[in-house]
Amino acid sequence: MQIPVQGFMYPNEVELQWSVLIVLYPFITGLVAGAFILASLERVFRVEAVKPTYRLALLTALAFLLVAPLPLQLHLGHPERSFEMYLTPHRSSAMAMFGFVYLWYLMAVLLLEIWLDYRRDIVLKSKSSTGVARVFYRLLTLGSENISTRSLRIDEQLGYMITVVGIPSAFLLHGYVGFIFGSVKANPWWSSPLMPIVFIFSAMVSGIAAVMLLYMGSARLRRSAIDIRCLDKIAQYLFYTFVIDFSLEMLDLLQRIYEADESFRSLDFMVHTRLWTSQVIVQILLGTVTPITLLGLTQVLKFRDVVRKRLYALAGCLTLVGIFAMRWNVVIGGQLFSKSFLGYTTYKMGFATREGLLTAIVLMLLPFVILWVLVKLLPPWTDSSRPPAGGVAPAQI
Amino acid sequence: MFKDIEHLVRLAAVLVIALIAFAAIRVAVVPKTFGEYGHYRAAALNDIAARSISFAGHDVCEGCHTDVVDQKKLGKHVVVPCEACHGAQGRHADDPASVKPPKLDTAVVCSRCHEANSAKPKSFPQVVTVDHAGGIACDTCHQPHRPRIEDEAPNTAKVNPEGKR
Amino acid sequence: MDLTRRHLLLLLPSAAAAWNYVLAGTPEAAPNYRRTEHWWGMLIDIPKCIGCGSCVRACAEENDVPDGYFRTWIERYHVADWKIERPQVESPNGGKQGFPPNENSEGKNFFVPKLCNHCEDSPCTQVCPVGATFVSPDGVVLVDKSYCLGCRYCVQACPYGCRFINPNTNTAEKCTLCYHRITKGLTTACCEVCPTGARQLADLKNPKDPIHEFLRTHTVQVLKPHMATGAKVFYDGMDGSVR
Repeated sequence: MQIPVQGFMYPNEVELQWSVLIVLYPFITGLVAGAFILASLERVFRVEAVKPTYRLALLTALAFLLVAPLPLQLHLGHPERSFEMYLTPHRSSAMAMFGFVYLWYLMAVLLLEIWLDYRRDIVLKSKSSTGVARVFYRLLTLGSENISTRSLRIDEQLGYMITVVGIPSAFLLHGYVGFIFGSVKANPWWSSPLMPIVFIFSAMVSGIAAVMLLYMGSARLRRSAIDIRCLDKIAQYLFYTFVIDFSLEMLDLLQRIYEADESFRSLDFMVHTRLWTSQVIVQILLGTVTPITLLGLTQVLKFRDVVRKRLYALAGCLTLVGIFAMRWNVVIGGQLFSKSFLGYTTYKMGFATREGLLTAIVLMLLPFVILWVLVKLLPPWTDSSRPPAGGVAPAQI
Repeated sequence: MFKDIEHLVRLAAVLVIALIAFAAIRVAVVPKTFGEYGHYRAAALNDIAARSISFAGHDVCEGCHTDVVDQKKLGKHVVVPCEACHGAQGRHADDPASVKPPKLDTAVVCSRCHEANSAKPKSFPQVVTVDHAGGIACDTCHQPHRPRIEDEAPNTAKVNPEGKR
Repeated sequence: MDLTRRHLLLLLPSAAAAWNYVLAGTPEAAPNYRRTEHWWGMLIDIPKCIGCGSCVRACAEENDVPDGYFRTWIERYHVADWKIERPQVESPNGGKQGFPPNENSEGKNFFVPKLCNHCEDSPCTQVCPVGATFVSPDGVVLVDKSYCLGCRYCVQACPYGCRFINPNTNTAEKCTLCYHRITKGLTTACCEVCPTGARQLADLKNPKDPIHEFLRTHTVQVLKPHMATGAKVFYDGMDGSVR
């Protein structure tokens, strides 16, 4: 298909290399990192108010982390060779090193922390359930059925250490994705030392918003009451993180406008034309300024609980849209202009193709399906009289 | 005491087994020549170098077509390699009897270089062919191997079917 | 400076020897080629380029380059007066069929052939996650297409836009400096067919290669020097407007 080009582009640049799937990938890993940071707020920083979301946040992180490699596999020219990244990783390549950061985070942080927190429940379920589920739980116990107080306390201490290690690991996970873009000197839209930082903060924003919405949504589905104190605390963290994120992005923008280097005219034109809707309207106005304003209002003015919840829900949804738009603007925006700074191309997104819109939609829905399965297998809201090792109080009925 | 950390020991054992399995897979799967010269499969150098050749190179052409060489030596096209106009003749050089170079259409071949264009160097001979030739083929007046019209030259552009050895 | 004949003399004996191997059907690297004795680059003489497109066509034929993708291409520049930061550039189908006559005959007009610069500190090699693209011991940046994942990171990292993904193999591809030819004493396809000698293969490690004297007596540039890629394609007579 003919791709419309404006001005001049190097002949090989006309076709975009990275598609919407590569937009999805940082969005998904961002949700993982953000959800995990929220969970660790309770564990490490002893923010009691967010306890009710601890386990849900962990399971959310896992559901999304399991889906994260899929857009990459679908994008590769030879997905069957992807294991080469673990066999012969090129140490100078951020992408190769990221494979290990991902593996570390999945295995040594997330899975381990979930396993330790849920171990008591797993052992109990391995005895009480039947059929396939029983086999599943028995496998998870690794053959050990010791849930004595001492062993659970050891789990708790180990879990604490893992969370402490997990916080910088979560920063590393998504900061690395930022570095994958930020270290490409050939692309001035990407090349910036701020990129990992901006990615981390926007990840936290999206992860916190996602957990907040999932908490509200799941409480609604289960017809159980929401801990409004918990919600207020989460919204507060979302607000402050968002302010930092927005400040960083504006700082980058102001610096670019002021310094106006050789790429500036070309990038400025691109933002004013091809990226106007996705960057200025969706990302900045709808997706950042509006939720910050809404959240700021709830911090300053006193609203009734019902109104506050509605504002949080709206702000949360707009936030997710805004952060997705930010990933779009970085990945797609970085490929719409020519490295000669003399022209622009167009992104032709397919629909039912391997890297098309339909695929992206399915991949975005998949984590919720996985989360649903995880919630069924490892319920984050137990009714047991004794609080689980992670310290989450049973949900108020 | 051990009973209380038994589950952790089992986990560590699983991890060790996984690492050993990974090491074994690595030995089996990573290409043997990987790392010989650098972080790449050294055998790739030979794979790439083994590609077959399409353009013979003017040395090879000149080895047989000495009459054309003599003509070209006298004119401006001495610096123009044979295959610049005639295209890749590697297969012809390989088997001159069965693979014949196609006859060239001078309207296309000559104008690619000599059609006037402001981006071409001023000293380079260029014409607006429509004004210059008025529709007739370039080789009606010019002999491609020795293009200047004033020079008397036998026509070596029309080669006899067996070629000249 | 007439480089063509001298270059010819350098290549003639080895070319003849190499051709025998090709004719014999055993096109492995000719035994007299030692990788560590060479460090390949190229010299492009912009005032000589006539934009005929022979190099683009020859490369496509020699290397089976798919339509719409380019291992080498030609750009035509038009620079109005002093505005060197705002040239008008075009490259219709990479210059493969030459260029149509242009209306802007005032100001500066010239052609710039481009290809992979075979950088010494190549950013594409740096980012490859598995080691599928690499700098060979003789200075040529190559792609191992049986190992490449097709992740496209190298395509993003190249500042010159010389890489693409081959739709038939789904792997990264670019100019190989006709490695299969230069290891047999031949020159690259693009240099072979260039009618004006604007493109010349250069062996930077060979003390007898004419490039050394050329570099001593001419002012040359590389593309995007601020990227510090160690590019080995040198341009003589390149205007400041060239991107």
